[in-house]
This record gives sequence, structure tokens and C-alpha cells, in this order.
Amino acid sequence: MHLLEVNEMSIQFGGLKAVDDITFAVDKGEILGLIGPNGAGKTTIFNLLTSVYTPTSGDILLNGKSIVGNSTWQTVDSGLARTFQNIRLFKNLSALDNVRIGFHGLEHYSLASTLLRLPSYWRDEKDLTRKALAILDIFGLKSIAGVQAQNLPYGQQRKLEICRALASDPQLLLLDEPAAGMNPTETQELMSMIRFVKDHFKLAIILIEHDMSLVMNICERLIVLDYGRIIARGLPDEIKQNQAVITAYLGNPLEEDA
Amino acid sequence: MTYFITQFINGLQIGAIYALIALGYTMVYGIIKLINFAHGDLMMVGAYIAFFALSDWGLPIYLAAAVSMVGTAILGVVIDRIAYKPLRDASRLSALITAIAVSLLLQNACMLLFSSSPRRFPTVTANLPTISIGNSTVNVIVFISIALAVALMMILNLFVNKTRIGKAMLAVSEDMRAAQLMGINVDFIVSLTFAIGSALAAFAAILYLFSYPQIEPYMGAMPGIKAFIAAVLGGIGIIPGAMVGGFLLGIIESMAKAYIPSAFSQITDAVVFLVLILVLLIKPSGLMGKPEKVKV
Amino acid sequence: MMPKKKIRSYLINLAAAAFVFIVVYLALQLGWINSYYRSILILICINSIMTISLNLATGLLGELCLGHAGFMAVGAYTTALISLNSGLPTYVGLTLGILAGAVTAGIAAVLVGIPALRLRGDYLAIITLAFGQIITILIRSLGFTGGALGLNGIPLTTDFPLTYWMLIVTMYIVYALIRSRQGRAILAIREDDIAAEASGINVTRYKMLAFVISAMLAGVAGALYAHYQGVLTPEKFDYNYSIDFMVMVVFGGMGSITGSILAAIVLTILPQLLYGFSDYRMLLYSILLIALMIFKPSGLLGQKELSQRVFQRLGRQLLGKKPQTVPVEADIPTTVVDEDTYLTEQGSGDSGVGGSSTRGQENLPVSGTPIAEAEGKHQERLGLDTQGDEPLTRKHKGRR
Repeated sequence: MHLLEVNEMSIQFGGLKAVDDITFAVDKGEILGLIGPNGAGKTTIFNLLTSVYTPTSGDILLNGKSIVGNSTWQTVDSGLARTFQNIRLFKNLSALDNVRIGFHGLEHYSLASTLLRLPSYWRDEKDLTRKALAILDIFGLKSIAGVQAQNLPYGQQRKLEICRALASDPQLLLLDEPAAGMNPTETQELMSMIRFVKDHFKLAIILIEHDMSLVMNICERLIVLDYGRIIARGLPDEIKQNQAVITAYLGNPLEEDA
Repeated sequence: MTYFITQFINGLQIGAIYALIALGYTMVYGIIKLINFAHGDLMMVGAYIAFFALSDWGLPIYLAAAVSMVGTAILGVVIDRIAYKPLRDASRLSALITAIAVSLLLQNACMLLFSSSPRRFPTVTANLPTISIGNSTVNVIVFISIALAVALMMILNLFVNKTRIGKAMLAVSEDMRAAQLMGINVDFIVSLTFAIGSALAAFAAILYLFSYPQIEPYMGAMPGIKAFIAAVLGGIGIIPGAMVGGFLLGIIESMAKAYIPSAFSQITDAVVFLVLILVLLIKPSGLMGKPEKVKV
Repeated sequence: MMPKKKIRSYLINLAAAAFVFIVVYLALQLGWINSYYRSILILICINSIMTISLNLATGLLGELCLGHAGFMAVGAYTTALISLNSGLPTYVGLTLGILAGAVTAGIAAVLVGIPALRLRGDYLAIITLAFGQIITILIRSLGFTGGALGLNGIPLTTDFPLTYWMLIVTMYIVYALIRSRQGRAILAIREDDIAAEASGINVTRYKMLAFVISAMLAGVAGALYAHYQGVLTPEKFDYNYSIDFMVMVVFGGMGSITGSILAAIVLTILPQLLYGFSDYRMLLYSILLIALMIFKPSGLLGQKELSQRVFQRLGRQLLGKKPQTVPVEADIPTTVVDEDTYLTEQGSGDSGVGGSSTRGQENLPVSGTPIAEAEGKHQERLGLDTQGDEPLTRKHKGRR
């Protein structure tokens, strides 16, 4: 059984098929790259996987169970986490709180425990704060745990978003352009972090990225999208040679539109 | 049966008024995603302007209507420029609170200026004939009101769909940033939207006064809320939706008034709110609305 | 178990509350405060409870509630009817009445919340506005509520100790709530509901939780009010009354509990002091609101709180010692960070929901600039606690 199975998934907005009959699978411990020109439907796929949108047709199975029709929070609870293309942090909250909120589904002390400050409250809060700091530590953010998210530099905001996603203890992590806006050094650093995180947390990762050096380096398999369809799939080296991919990115020399 | 028809016609009349006010709500919401709580109060200001134009300056009704529409339009634009524009990028909550505050400001300023005691709008319809339906009569002004409102809405529709500026308005409501990049003067379009919405509210005020000739500082509050509900009913942000929602709500309300026993007459206002609750439960995007696509 | 540091801090807060109580109570008993001012004191406490409860819905959850007086009315009428009709001993009836007031207001909130809170957008504002109207219409047209004439002869059992300690309980509830997983979920929804949902938070559920608790506290305030005033009429709980509390919340600072209390004090006393104020009250409030939204959307205290930390700092300054803050140059704190440092009661460094957050983006002084430092010093001088290690943030050298 695959960790994630997507079967003939499509979604239509008005007359436009933003994602058209897509089938793929992800296994444990794998990094899958999702690439393609702007507007190819990559982020829409993430939105479908996280139940932000409901597919018009097709099925999505996580650990063999369908997650179609779930609320987003239920899907997150069942082991999927994501980051956003345009960073969506809780801006006015501290970095630490951003991560602690990520733990939401894992801590279970009750409202009564909160209001009466029962032992379970103190125990869980201490425990989760320790874990949150540990995650921040991995990304070198422990020292800024108390800083408001909006005051962090851009690169740290991107990392913090990954920390928050990791906090929900996902089996599958969806990273939407994690290297956007980073300089080459930061990208290098991010790449090794993603690898480390994958092994450390025993994750599968789907990565949307435009930075080809990152994608080619880190992804074991690639899926290339154009106009909502899969136009190619395979190993990074195969994709580099693929004529359909080159056409999608550079345009067909015989056509006008590039 | 004739009772039903009379009530239906009354419903159309009040519905036309709701539709005109709802258009202002919906157009503004469509463009800057703000519930302009002060919109009902703009209608009230329009009523006062019309009143003074008629009784103090002795203008004929059509000129008084024009003065009221222009005056209210200017006020609408000024309000947007002073109170709303600085908050364009602020949180939704700040803009909403400001809209509430502007509504309060208009109500209370008018109360201090004109006192809270109601004024009687001069009868301009005294000499008009009535039309009898069965054994009840309907003043011809009711039909004139409906016709005028419908005519105005058709003009608006033509303007929005056929002219360059109208299309620019649609573009801005679709995607403000993209419209800006396409070279559309967004500030101008927003001001224009406020001007048109406010003028329509003033026109609605005059139609309203034909049937309920009382002017007081809080007169805009209830029609304002009801017109907003009409806008939600039709699908907020959608211009034809506001028209349909307005007429529909007017008819619903008129029927409720007609058929709910008078012992519970105070509850009729609540019927309108029930409509709101049902819309939100069943189809929050409104009758003509498409499900909102969240931008993630 | 509860960490020792926390026990101490809780005890200090409790002692401070008790101290204020004893001072005021003695003053009342010794007749230093006359009955006119005593009734104002009680009103301040009731208004504070209302403002804090509205702050939970508006400042912390980020939903505009325009019918908060409606929930207060539900609580007030429930209590009054129990006191008038149950025949229970006065204080049993009162206790039961307060609880029942909270519960009925909570039920009303569920009914109002179901259609509105599932949706994204400003529907709660409209539907609570409608609720506020409907409640007064209902009270006026129902028989057992006394109709337009209202209810008379409600026993005057609300006194200063009762309202004061109910205020303290309210403060505690909201504080305890914010600093918990439930409270963080509520703050997360205010910040970004999409990201909150993507963090595994059932957004509708936590919106409902915050809204219902908020309404229940308003019900308690209503119950206290009924037994303070002795008379209830539907007109009292109109739209303008709801707006009064909105003004207090915004003025005090959206998200600041102590700010709410300060605002409730100022805006309860002001109308009493200024002759003829009531004619201009709503006009002034509306101008105040517009000006605040444009120029200082965070209100008096923003999201800061007056807390032990503030008084400690103040104390040090008064004693002429240097305040203990991280040097301006410090890029990153060098202190050892462990989970105790941040254990729940700190680090919830949140500020300014009201526009300052998003709008501040452009105006936000680039970190480490003289403006930023000046602002940091300014805050220090005011002795305001910025919660947790927030002062650091302004000095953090960021690259944007």
C-alpha cells in the first residue's frame, strides 16, 4: 500500500479544468518533486490534497483511506501537513507559538483542564513547549523563539512555516516553493535541512519548486505538470531530457506563445 | 385574491426600494469587500436633502430628487476618501468598525442638527389618481415608483455592462490589483462606485418617502439592514443579485405583514432576519452567487 | 505539576486583587466613598466584564459582534425572572440566576453562531446586529418579560464585593483561556484562518467556543446588572448600548484585557463627570472610533497588558535602578533558552490586531533603525509590558 494514492483526480472551476485526470502515488520516505510552468495546477493539487478544495471527480487515499470530503483540519489530523506559497504565518504571535499551534491536534487536555489549570495542563504544556523548541532548534530558530513571526527575516519565516507544519507530526509534508526568495547559500542550507527532516521525522515529502538545482538534487522522482495534466514523470535525469517538458517550459519554437 | 395582488404590488414597491439600496451595498462590497454599514444612513441624509430642497428652497420634486442624489453622492465619496481609504490595506475588522462609526456619526450629527423629532415629507402625490383593484385601491405613485426604480436599474445595468467605465468597475471587483496593472484608475473607480451607490440610496429615500413620509435621523437603519439582507439573499457582490434579492425580500416582507395576525405584528421585522439566517444556512453565496473560491 | 514560579506569580496576582479589594472595601465601609460613587464602582465592574467578554470575541477571535447588549439582556432577564418568580432565598436565587443567565446567553450564542460562524466573512457582524434588534423586539412583545414596561422590583442584591470578584473571575477565565491550546487556536484563527485550519484546528469549533464563552460572560454581566438596577426595560439593551462596549474595547486596545478595564473605567466615569455629555456621547464616540482606526488602530494599550512585569520595571525605575533589558545592540539573546523560559505564560507576544498588524507592514520601522529603537525606549519609558520577549523583536536586525 502506498502512503498517498491519487486516482484520476480532477477539479473544474467554471469551464476550466485546473487539474485534469491526475494519478500518482507517494511512498514512505520519498521526496517527490512537482514542477511545471506557472498556472500548471501545482498549488491546486496541494489544495486538493489538503481538502481545501474538493475534487470534481477522482479519489485521494491516505494510508488506504479516502480523504475526499474531509475538512482541512481532519486531513491534517490524519497525517498531512503543508506550507504555503505566500507565507502564511500567525504574524502577531511568537515563533514559538506558531509552532505550538502546529501541535494542536496532538495535545488533548480539556477545556476544564485549561480553566482550572489541572496537572494535565502543566504537563502537556511543558511537554509540547519542549518539543516545539526542539523543532525550532533543528532549523536554528531556537534563539528567536520569542520573536513575533512578522519581525523575522524572510528566510527564517519560510523555515518557521516548515517547523509549524512538522509540529503536527505528519507522514506526508507538502512544501510549496520553500526556496522562493532565498539566495543560493540559503537554498543549499534549506536543501540539507529538508533531507535531514525527511530522515529524522521519517516523512514523505512532495515539493513544488522552481529552483531546478534544488529539485534535481533533492527529488527522487519528478512529476511535470502543464495545463493541469501530467506531461511527464520519472527520474530527474530522464526529465531533463524529456522533449515535452522542454516544450512546456520554453515553448514550442514553431508556435508564437512562449 | 385582490388582497393578495394589492399586497404583492406593495411588496414590489418596497422591494424596489430595497433593491436600490442593496445595489449600493453590493457594488461597494464587490469592489472593496467592505460592508458599508453607513449606507442606510446615506439614504437618511438623502431624505433630509430632498426635504430641504422641497420645502425650504421650493424646488419641484424632480429637481429636489436630483439635488438629493448629487448631494448624497458627494457625501458618499467624501466618506470613502476620509474614513475608508486610509484603511484599504488594514484588517477587515478595522474597516468594519470604521463603517459602524461612520454610520453612528451620520445618525448623531443629523440628530444634533435636525433634532430627533420626525419631520413630515411634503405630499407631492396628492393629486395623483388611484387605481382600483377589486375592492381595494392602489395609488398610481406605487406604479410610478416601481417603474422608476426598474428604469434606473436598467440604466445601471447598461452602464456597467456596455460602457468602458462600467467594464472597468467589473474588472476592479474581479481583481483590484490586476485591474490596476491593466492601467485602470482604481481610486477613480472606487469613488465612482460610492457615488453611484449613494445616489441610488438617495433615490430610494425619495421613493420611500412617497409611502412613508416621515423623516428622522434613524430612518435609514432598518431599511439599511433589510437591504443588506436583500444583497446577501441575491448574492453579495453581484449586481443583478441585489435587484432580485431586493424585490424578493420586499414581497416576502409584504406577505408576512399581510398574513401574520396583527397580534404578532412586531414579529414581522423578525421574518426578514429569518430569511437571512436561512440563506446563510442553506446557500450562503446567495441565489445568484457562485461558491466562493478561497485564494490560498 | 504547576511550576513553583507560576504558583508565585498566581499568588502575587491574587494578592494584588485582594489588596485592591480590601482598600476599596474599607473605604466603602468607612464611608470615604459615598453611595453615588459606590454605584459607579459597581457599574465600572459590570462594564469591565462586558468589555472583556466582547474583547474575547472581537480582539482575540477577530469577529465583530454588534449585539453584545443582546446577550447581556438575555442574562439579565433570565436572572430577573428567576429572582422574581422562583421564591428561592435571595442569595440562592441570585447564584442560580447568574448561572442561568450565563447558560441562556450561551445558548443564544450557539443559535446565532451556527449560521454565521461556519462561514468566512463578516456575517457574524450582521447577524449579531440582527440578533440585538430581535431580542429587544421579542422582549417587548412577549408577556412574561413585562413587555415594553419592563420588569420591576428585582431585588438589589448586586454589591461591590460580588461584582468585583466576578470581574476577577472573568479576567482569570479569559487569561487562562488565551494561554492554552484552545486559546492559541483562537488567536491563530484571528491571525489567519486558512493557516489555522491547515494546522489541524477545527476553525468553526473554536470560533464557536470563543463566541459562546464571550456571550456567557456577557450573560453574567447582565445578571449582575439586573440586580444592580432593579428595573429592566428592553430599550436599555439597544444598539447604542452594544456600541458603548465596542468603543470601550477599541479604545482600550483590541486583545488587551487590562486595556479593557482601563477603558471601562474612563468611559464609565466620563459621562458622569461631563454635564450634557450624553447628548454628544455617540457623536464623540463615533469620531473617536474613526480617529482611532485611522491613527492608532491598536487602541490605548494595543495588545499589551499591565502586569507584574510592568510594575516590577516601574519599581526598578522608581528606585533608580537600570531596567533589566537586553542591550539594544543584541541581535540574539544570549541567555540559555529552555522550555521553562517560555512555559505558556510568556511568549504569547501578540500585538495589534486592529490594522496595525497588516498595515504596519509598510510603516513598520525596519528593524534596528533609530526609529525602532526610539520606539522601544518609548515603550520602556511607559513601562508597558510587551509580553514575553517582544522588545527583542524590534531590535532584531532583519533582512527583508
